[in-house]
Amino acid sequence: MVDVTKADRMAVGQGSALADTLDRFRRSSEFVIMPILALIVSGLLFSIFLLALGKSPADFFSLVWRGGFGTSFSWQNTLVRSSPLIFTALCVAIPARLGLVIIGGEGALVLGGFAAAAIAIPMIPWAPSFLLLPVMALAAIIAGGIWIGLVGALRHYRGVNETIASLLLFYIAVSILNFFVEGALRDPSDPNKPSTMPIGRDNMIGAIPGTDVHWGLVFGIVLATLLYLLMNRTTFGFAARITGGNLRAAQAQGLPVGKLMVISCAIAGACAGLAGFFEVAAIHGKANASLIAGYGFTGILVSFLARHNPLVIVPVAIFLGGIAASGGLIQRRMDLPDATVLVLQGLIFVVLLVSETFYGRLPFFRSKGDL
Amino acid sequence: MSKFELNRRSLLKSSAAGLLGLSAAGLPRLASAAGLTAGIVYVGPRDDFGWNQAHAVAAAALKEVPGVTVVEEENVPETIAVQKSMESMINLDGAELIFATSFGYYKPFVLDLAAKYPDVQFRHAAPLWTDADPKNAGSYFGYLDQAHYIDGVAAGLSTTTNKLGFVAAKPIGTVLRNINSFLLGAKKVNPDATVQVIFTGEWSMPVREAEAANALVDAGCDVLTCHVDGPKVVIETAESRGIKCCGHNASQAPLAPKGFITGAEYKWATIYKMFANDLAEGKTLPNFTGGGFDVDFVQSTPYGAGASEAAIAAADAARADVKAGKPIFTGPINKQDGTPLLAAGASLDNYDPSLDQTDYLIEGVVGSIT
Repeated sequence: MVDVTKADRMAVGQGSALADTLDRFRRSSEFVIMPILALIVSGLLFSIFLLALGKSPADFFSLVWRGGFGTSFSWQNTLVRSSPLIFTALCVAIPARLGLVIIGGEGALVLGGFAAAAIAIPMIPWAPSFLLLPVMALAAIIAGGIWIGLVGALRHYRGVNETIASLLLFYIAVSILNFFVEGALRDPSDPNKPSTMPIGRDNMIGAIPGTDVHWGLVFGIVLATLLYLLMNRTTFGFAARITGGNLRAAQAQGLPVGKLMVISCAIAGACAGLAGFFEVAAIHGKANASLIAGYGFTGILVSFLARHNPLVIVPVAIFLGGIAASGGLIQRRMDLPDATVLVLQGLIFVVLLVSETFYGRLPFFRSKGDL
Repeated sequence: MSKFELNRRSLLKSSAAGLLGLSAAGLPRLASAAGLTAGIVYVGPRDDFGWNQAHAVAAAALKEVPGVTVVEEENVPETIAVQKSMESMINLDGAELIFATSFGYYKPFVLDLAAKYPDVQFRHAAPLWTDADPKNAGSYFGYLDQAHYIDGVAAGLSTTTNKLGFVAAKPIGTVLRNINSFLLGAKKVNPDATVQVIFTGEWSMPVREAEAANALVDAGCDVLTCHVDGPKVVIETAESRGIKCCGHNASQAPLAPKGFITGAEYKWATIYKMFANDLAEGKTLPNFTGGGFDVDFVQSTPYGAGASEAAIAAADAARADVKAGKPIFTGPINKQDGTPLLAAGASLDNYDPSLDQTDYLIEGVVGSIT
């Protein structure tokens, strides 16, 4: 019989504790390393695409740095573009936790922006901006919330596919905007670009001091944090994730699945509605067809890249905002068409989706016991 | 690799500054040592056979001017993106003259930047500038209705059914004015001519434009023209239906090798070169620049195979008249509802301000604004 000393036992214990930590670290690193690998792979694929066009990949990526992140101006350019993406990505991420694929956030954005501008019209002459802006935001939240909430209700009570319904509702939202903006609510002083009455310079949301990035970015980050807490630290979020994991099981447990769907969709719509509010209150000062700028659709990409995690949405939105911001510089300096950055975005998206299929399959990330 | 290192270092530095919110409003502008850098922003693709292409053709002409560098960006939406694109041209490319070519770029984006960068000249392609706006901003535009009038003259002699078709985007002032001028041109040479108009309701809606073009051909029109952002679909539809057509905005002649008569084109190159020369000579740019054939701001597309000898002769004569200042709007002209616009013998100057406010169609136009 071998006599094991106390010191020996301690050494073994320490060793296994360290191994345990390393093991846990290695397993959770999967969620960081995989997306980074995916980015590298898509970068390599894109380089092949560039070489085929006879352009230098090194130039391209250094211009992406410069145009998106390389100077303080570029940073502001990036952040201004990422702000609406945070909101519209949240519109995809929250229902996604319940297994719903909502792609019509653009409709809620358009309608939210329109509602904010419309409710402001009778208030402009008398309301101070500290009253006007919250009312506008509330109108945007309600309009967006109802719009996507409707999608959730249609899904639960009538079995209508939420993806198609939300997309079709986008077209209806655009028609509603056009109907009012070109008709009853049109500002007669602007004959060539149908718009609502401007809310006025003094009532608009300003920039974060020292930058020209408007406050929407800060609100977006706060909202993403709150929704992260809601989805990961509350019973509501837990129930929502159960529903997303297994609808039947959730129903069997007696979870109010219908209510969860409608509320989650309404929250999602409210997020996109707020994006519309900030477009009106911080950028345009009025509602018109310029609201339809595709933020809702880019938000889908952001949310999927962030794996529907509200906190991860923020850096991903900034990343894609940076790529968009550098798009102009790439057009100008490399004489590439503007679709170039769309190709890059598409490649990243596809490679990331493919990389999802590798989760749990690579032995490196598994602990020995799992094998 | 040293380049990469440098970039990564500057990235870290600037990101730290950016995140702490310590960064100043912008970088000091890189002044170009010699010559002029002009930035041009387009709302759509540069090869759209329409509005954007007309500007891109002029940009290409501007590049030929010695000492001028042109930077271009296409597909820039009318949102904060355009503000950032223009600012990027100023900050990263050292642009001193910006051409903002889409209507919705002006308010608030051009106005905001003009206030922020007083040393940069901003010019916007629609008559929107007022005295209250910054002095380094301004408007430039062409009176395209003069060229549509010439189209009308050529079309009036090309039709056998006396029905001309017009696919229009939105019933706003400039569009209505072009329709009216097109009819007046046709009536000048063919008193029986009428213009049937269909509004699509959108600046760019290719499916509806094709439907409208087909509907007009089915209704008996044998010459088509249009006022939409990209006339490609209308012209191609006309050609495939075997009828003639007149262009709009840029040259669509290559799209209709058999039926193309002529087209109403902008000639932005005149303005772009003029501004570049003015700046080179140290002159102040005008805040408000507009005109037609007389100042070479608009032009007719070279005649295509669809133009007959008679049409060419009549169109050339009419163009010479307009160039000399002969009015297009000469009475008697009634509005569509029969109320008189101009009595017999009365006329409106081609630059009469009342025409900028056109909110009516004239008698002889079939189709309604609402």
